[in-house]
Amino acid sequence: MQITVTVNGVTYTHDVEPRLLLVHYLRDVLNLTGTHIGCDTSQCGACTILLNGKAVKSCTVFAVQADGAEITTIEGLARDGQLHPVQEGFWEKHGLQCGYCTPGMIMTAVDFLQRNPNPTEEEIRHAIEGNLCRCTGYQNIVRAIQYAAEKMRSGS
Amino acid sequence: MAVTKLFGAPIKRREDPRLITGRGNFTDHIRLPGTLVMAIKRSPHAHARIVRIDTSKARVMRGVVAVYTGQDLIDKLAPVPCAWLVPDSDLKVPTYRAVAVDKVRYVGDAVAVVVAEDRYVAQDALEAIEVEYEPLPAVVDQEKALEAGAPQLYEEVPNNLAFHWKLHSGDFDAAWKEAEVRLSRRLINHRLIPTAMEPRGALAAYNPGTGELTIWCTSQNPHIHRLLLSAVTGLPETRIRVIATDVGGGFGSKIPMYAGEMIAAALSRDLGRPIKWIETRQENYVATIHGRDHVQYVDIAAQRDGTITGVRVRAYANLGAYLSTAAPGIPTWLFGLMLQGPYAIPVIHCDVFGVLTNTTPTDAYRGAGRPEATYLLERMVDLLARELRMDPVEIRRKNFIPKDRFPYTAPSGLVYDSGDYEATLNRALELVDYDNLRHQQAELRQQGRYIGIGFSTYVEVCGLAPSQAAGAMGFQGGLWESAIVRVHPTGKVTVFTGSNPHGQGEETTFAQLVADELGVPFEDVEVIHGDTEMVPFGMGTYGSRSTAVGGAALVAACRKVKEKAQRIAAHLLEVAPEDVVFENGRFFVKGAPDRGMTIQEVALQAYLAWKLPRDIEPGLEATHFWDPTNNTFPFGCHICVVEVDPETGKVTFLQYVAVDDVGNVINPMIVDGQVHGGIAQGLAQAVYEYAAYDANGQLLSASLMDYAIPKASMLPSFSVDRTVTPTPVNPMGVKGAGETGTIASTPAVVNAVIDALAPFGIEHIDIPLTPERIWRAVLERSR
Repeated sequence: MQITVTVNGVTYTHDVEPRLLLVHYLRDVLNLTGTHIGCDTSQCGACTILLNGKAVKSCTVFAVQADGAEITTIEGLARDGQLHPVQEGFWEKHGLQCGYCTPGMIMTAVDFLQRNPNPTEEEIRHAIEGNLCRCTGYQNIVRAIQYAAEKMRSGS
Repeated sequence: MAVTKLFGAPIKRREDPRLITGRGNFTDHIRLPGTLVMAIKRSPHAHARIVRIDTSKARVMRGVVAVYTGQDLIDKLAPVPCAWLVPDSDLKVPTYRAVAVDKVRYVGDAVAVVVAEDRYVAQDALEAIEVEYEPLPAVVDQEKALEAGAPQLYEEVPNNLAFHWKLHSGDFDAAWKEAEVRLSRRLINHRLIPTAMEPRGALAAYNPGTGELTIWCTSQNPHIHRLLLSAVTGLPETRIRVIATDVGGGFGSKIPMYAGEMIAAALSRDLGRPIKWIETRQENYVATIHGRDHVQYVDIAAQRDGTITGVRVRAYANLGAYLSTAAPGIPTWLFGLMLQGPYAIPVIHCDVFGVLTNTTPTDAYRGAGRPEATYLLERMVDLLARELRMDPVEIRRKNFIPKDRFPYTAPSGLVYDSGDYEATLNRALELVDYDNLRHQQAELRQQGRYIGIGFSTYVEVCGLAPSQAAGAMGFQGGLWESAIVRVHPTGKVTVFTGSNPHGQGEETTFAQLVADELGVPFEDVEVIHGDTEMVPFGMGTYGSRSTAVGGAALVAACRKVKEKAQRIAAHLLEVAPEDVVFENGRFFVKGAPDRGMTIQEVALQAYLAWKLPRDIEPGLEATHFWDPTNNTFPFGCHICVVEVDPETGKVTFLQYVAVDDVGNVINPMIVDGQVHGGIAQGLAQAVYEYAAYDANGQLLSASLMDYAIPKASMLPSFSVDRTVTPTPVNPMGVKGAGETGTIASTPAVVNAVIDALAPFGIEHIDIPLTPERIWRAVLERSR
C-alpha cells in the first residue's frame, strides 16, 4: 500500500506492507533509528513519537495508519541547532544513564507539557507511567521535566 | 591557561548530546548492505526430548535463506563456555549447546534458527517449523531438584547438583553451643529478571575475502566476548572485532556469552553475509539470564547483649538449566565472602549447593551475590533485635567493626580496605530525625496507622580484582584493567579504556580524571571504549569496577606520560628532569616559573622529534595495565520509612534516605544517579518484582505486562548523602558506586514494612512484599 507521511518536516511516499509497524517504517525504511524498540507488548514506551502532535507508541501503530500524518521523532525535536527545553532538561538534570528509554521519554514529556505546562511531581510521575526506565529510578527524569516546564513557561 | 580541578565537579555528561537527540550508536542501529535477519525458535517446554524437527515448510518460504537445527550447528559451534570454574566444589559443567540437540531443558532453550531477508519473513518461518516434543517431567524448585526421584536434567550431573561450595571459618558448633541466643530462619531471595531496556542483539559480519568477523553486540565486556567467540567459532582472536559502543543498560545481563550472538557469528561465516539478530522482549525474559534465586537456611549465634558470635548458612542456589558464563562464582564467592557484612562476627560457616533446574540460567544481576548476603544478614540482625527487644540501631552499633580496625581481616578472608560505619549510620539518623520519627510512629499506632522504619547497614565488595584472587577463585581471566593515554601533536588527548560503560557515564568521569592529571582542558580529552580493534584489551564493566580499576589504569598511564614529558621538557629547557616542576599542564624550571613550556608544546616536540636525545623515543603515549592489590569496600546506611495499610496490604513510601560512602567522588551528579537507580532496583525486589514459574516450568512473568519493573509512580524520591572514607587501594581513593543502592535497599524496605507490622506480631514475610502477602500475613495474625 502506498503511504505519504511527513516526518520531521520532510514528506515521504513509500509502498509498504500492510502489517509493517510504524516503528519499523521509521527505523528500517527512513533510517531514523533514534526511535527505539524495547518490548513487544507496548509497555516500555521507548518507541514513543509525536503523531499529529500527540505522543503515541509507534510499535502499536501500523505504518499505513499514519498515511497523511505529521510525525515528529526525536531527531526532529531540536530546531536550528537549539535543543528542545525537554532535551536540555534531560542533559542538565542527568535524566538519563544508558539513554535507551530517553527518546521515548522525551517525546512523552513534550506532549505532556503541551497539555500541562505547570505540573506537580505527582502529575509528572503519572504522565510518564507508560515509559519505563531501568537506570535512573525516575527521580532525575522528574527533575528534567520540571526544568523544562519552568523554562518553557518563562519562555512563553 | 587556567585549568580548574575537575575531580569532584558535577559536570554534565558528554554522552548525553547524542543520546538526547536520537544519535546513539546502539547495536540495532547499525546497518550494513545485504544484511539478513536471524530469528530463533525456542522451546515452549521446560523439559522435553526433541523427537523430530521438520523445517521443510520454512525452508521453501519466499525470503527464507536458511534454516538450521542444533544438529546442523554441532560442527560449526563449540558449546557455550562457562568461565568461572569454582575450585574445591566438585563442580560439574554440563554441555551447553547454543541450539539444543536431543533435549530441551528450559522454556526458551533454542531449537532452530531461521535466516531470512527481513524480520517479518523470519518470524513467519519460525511459525512454519514443526517440532515434535516428548515432554518430560520438569523441576523448577532447587530444593525439590535435589530430592530423590526428582527429574534429572543431565546424566552426568547426579541429583542435579552442579557443585557444593564451602567456606568454614572458625568453629560454628562451639559458637552455637555457647550462644545465649540462637536464631534460625529459612529465607528466600527470589528470582529477578534484569530487564535492561535495550534487548540483547548482534550484527555479525564475516568477510569471506579477509576471513575477518566484525560483530556489533550488546556487551559489557567486548574483549571477553571476543575471546569466547574465538573459542566457540574457532576463528583466531586476531580475526574477530567486537564493537559495543552504546549499550542500553546491562546490570550484569550483558556479561555472559549467549547462544544468540554465537549463532549469528557462525551463520555469518557460513552464509558469507551480515546477520542481524535482535531479541524480542519476550525472548529477553526467557533467554537472557535471570538473577538471585536462593533458598537460605540461616543460624545466628549471639549473646544477650546483642553481640553476634557466629553465622551459619546453608544456601541452595538455583542455577537454571545450564551454567551461564559466570554463574558458579555468583552464589559462592560473591555471596559467601560477604556474610559477615559490616559486623565483627568472628565465625562464618557457609555451604552453598548449586542446583540445576528446568529454568532460565541465572548469573550476575546487579549486586550479584552481595544482595543475597546483605538481605540475609540485615534481616537476621533485625530479627535478633526483635528477639532481644533492642533497637535496630543499637544492635548494629554493638556489632560494627570499629573504624580503628581497618584494614580489617574478615573471617571470610577478605581484607576490608577502609571504613567508618558509625559515621554513615549517624548521618542517616540525623537526616530522618530518628527519635522524632519513633515518637511519631508510636502516636500514629494509637490512631490505627502503621508506619515502619527500616535499616540497612551494609558493606559490599567491589572494584572486582585483583588477578591473583581471581585465579584462586577459579575465574578464568585476570581482573586488571588496561588504559592507553595518547597525547597527540596538537596536545589533544585520546584515551582508550578497557572498561565498557553502558550508562555509568565514564566517558565523562574518565575525561575529568585525565584532564586533571595532565592539566589539559576537559574538552580536549576523548574517551574511547567498546571496540576491540581500538582498545588493546579490557576486562569490561561489571562489579562496580570501572572507576576503581579502569580509572586507576588511566591515572597510572597519565603519570607515565607526564614522566616522559617531564624528561623531554627538561632536555629542551636544558635542566635536569628533577629540576622541572609540573603544575596545571605546564612544565617549568624550579624557582624560575617563566622558563617553561606547556604539555601541548612538549607533545609537539615529542612528535617532531627534532631535538630529542637518543635515549627518548619520539611520540607521547603510555599504556598501563592496572592490577590492584585489593578490592574496594563501599558501605553505608539506608533508612526507609513506609506506611502499611493492614486492610489492603498496600505499602506507601514516606521517606528513603541513603548515606553511602564510596570513597572519593569524581562526579557527584553521576554517583547520585547511580545510587537512585540502584535503590529503585533493590526496592523493586522488596515489593514489586518476582520472576514466577509454575510447577511445569512455564515462566508466568514473561513480559513487561507481568513482570513488575517499577514505573515512575511506584517510586518515591530518594534523599542521597555521603560520607567520604577514601580507599588506599587506588591513587584516586575511589571505591565504586554502581551496586551499592541495589545491595542496600532491599533489606531497608523489608525491615521497614516488617517494623510497621510489628503490632500485629509479624516478624517476617518472604519477599516480594506484595499487598496480597502482607494482607494474608495480617489476616493470619488477626484470627
